Amino acid sequence: MWLMQPFNERSTQLFIGVLLAAMTLVTLLHVVVPAGHPLHVNAYTVNLFGKYLSYALLAVAVDLVWGYLGILSLGHGAFFAIGGYAMGMYLMRQIGDRGTYGDPVLPDFMVFLSWESLPWYWLGFDMAWFAFLMVLLAPGALALVFGFLAFRSRVTGVYLSIITQALTFALMLAFYRNEMGFGGSDGLTDFRDILGFNLRSNETRLGLFLATGVALGAGYLLCRAIVGSKLGRVCVATRDAEARTRFLGYRVERFQLFVFVVSAMLAGLAGALYVPQVGIINPSEFSPIFSIEIVLWVALGGRATLYGAVIGAILVNYAKTVFTGVMPDAWLFALGAMFVLVTVFLPKGVAGLFAYRLKRRRDHSDATPGQEVTS
Amino acid sequence: MSLIKSLSQRDRVFDFMAPAESPVDVRHGPILYMEDVTVSFDGFKAINDLNLTVDDGELRCIIGPNGAGKTTMMDIITGKTRPDQGKVWFGARHNLLTMNEPDIAALGIGRKFQKPTVFEALSVFENLELAMTADKRVLPTLFARLEGPARERIDEVLEMTGLAEQRRRPAGVLSHGQKQWLEIGMLLMQRPRLLLVDEPVAGMTEQEMERTAELLTGLAGKQSVVVVEHDMGFVRSIARKVTVLHQGSVLAEGSMDQVQNDPRVIEVYLGESEEAA
Repeated sequence: MWLMQPFNERSTQLFIGVLLAAMTLVTLLHVVVPAGHPLHVNAYTVNLFGKYLSYALLAVAVDLVWGYLGILSLGHGAFFAIGGYAMGMYLMRQIGDRGTYGDPVLPDFMVFLSWESLPWYWLGFDMAWFAFLMVLLAPGALALVFGFLAFRSRVTGVYLSIITQALTFALMLAFYRNEMGFGGSDGLTDFRDILGFNLRSNETRLGLFLATGVALGAGYLLCRAIVGSKLGRVCVATRDAEARTRFLGYRVERFQLFVFVVSAMLAGLAGALYVPQVGIINPSEFSPIFSIEIVLWVALGGRATLYGAVIGAILVNYAKTVFTGVMPDAWLFALGAMFVLVTVFLPKGVAGLFAYRLKRRRDHSDATPGQEVTS
Repeated sequence: MSLIKSLSQRDRVFDFMAPAESPVDVRHGPILYMEDVTVSFDGFKAINDLNLTVDDGELRCIIGPNGAGKTTMMDIITGKTRPDQGKVWFGARHNLLTMNEPDIAALGIGRKFQKPTVFEALSVFENLELAMTADKRVLPTLFARLEGPARERIDEVLEMTGLAEQRRRPAGVLSHGQKQWLEIGMLLMQRPRLLLVDEPVAGMTEQEMERTAELLTGLAGKQSVVVVEHDMGFVRSIARKVTVLHQGSVLAEGSMDQVQNDPRVIEVYLGESEEAA
């Protein structure tokens, strides 16, 4: 099958292998090893890992457009947040009459605002299938419209980065308004259960962690299949010499649009998996700073490798967890220092270390003695 | 607009009615026919009453001092620049002045620009793969698989351009000369009827020039090739027929020897360049 083609590559086998091993290990250490044992992984940590994995999926989505298409999106947080809101709306509807105000249909914040009925765009979100579909379609639709306008007008480079940043900023301001019907600055929270499972139970948390791992694996495979296809090579060609690619007869803007929409959908999926694990979605996810941070993860991990994005997202967020626990004020300095150090010593990111070793091995096996020198 | 246009395009309704072979009509000999072409930019006549005929399968060299209108001539043929007056025909059927750039390219006119632009991050093989004639829409490209004949065509072009050894290497590590050959190879992947090659040997070593000469003379016969070049030694080594442009029109035409002995040519061009060399 087309999606299974990446399994021919060593790096994909390795990545999926490590991911599955990590998922199994965490599950075993959580379930089998008794609480109190030093190796026991508690529910809080499982939840934390689940959060990292959803960030990793988001980073993969950003690397797909930045690394392979050369589009530096500084607004991918918007797609992540919209996916998150779609999930949040479903979770809000699942609360039912258990909210503070006990209204069987309206979420608490709407009762508080004295709204009479659900706005039209909340309809259908009580059904899981519809909400999960919207997790993909809503960010995809936004990316489609935005990308269509941007790529058709051949907006590229730093100008595109700036308008993606403006996009997420505008959405943040909009979502802060109570009139929008998304809970204003408080966002959506106080979730109870998902698909009938109690969100506060350890089993559900483990399930969400595993689901996020599966989504990351599937998203990674999809991206690998894309970048490994001829379309992926057209993307790289576009990244490096757009005019030349157009001259070869490829409608560059359509390729950009396709990949941008796929990436936005993956970001939306990541957001949807993130929200039930952290228990809240609010407009701060739209903040331009967050979108820039995602790009930092990818840069630190190594651009245009996909697995580098995963490494970067997990490393930076782990460091963030540690630092904000130990000395919260120093976190931004630590992030800055990490960025400077990696830029100076590892220009291709952490993944550059692997790629360098792989390449050396390949070069050794490639260079056959007695090769004709034509230049 | 484009929708209306495509709907009203009745000749493409039945795909099987479209001619399978390249529809260029060369029964009368010439593949490229330019008559009385004039272009002026702000009053300056870059091309002035130019008449040029290139036969099918011919290898033609165009020489001329700077500002003679060589590049403008290429621009007119590829549809980039519209002449003020004149006729430009491709074969006996296609009036190039009524067609746009992509259509002209699709018709089989390939152009190699002076500065080689290959996709440096992709391998030599992949560069050729992308240049290949294929369905270039998004989804067919996503699911495209390299079939036998396509693979053979790439191998063939790799042989022709002498890049077979380099097939797996990223194009970015190629030497300047190899990049030029790869670029020519990328044009060949589209099986053009007419190749326009702009200064192929600029910046090449002697050895590379020889290889380029072999490559271009090897192409002639199967394709028609028009080479614009400054390097006299190189032109002498490949050309059977040379056209000298001067101030936008043809000053002389003929074999290298004839042209070289033409006093007008010596005056405007060869004299200077021989001195310089």
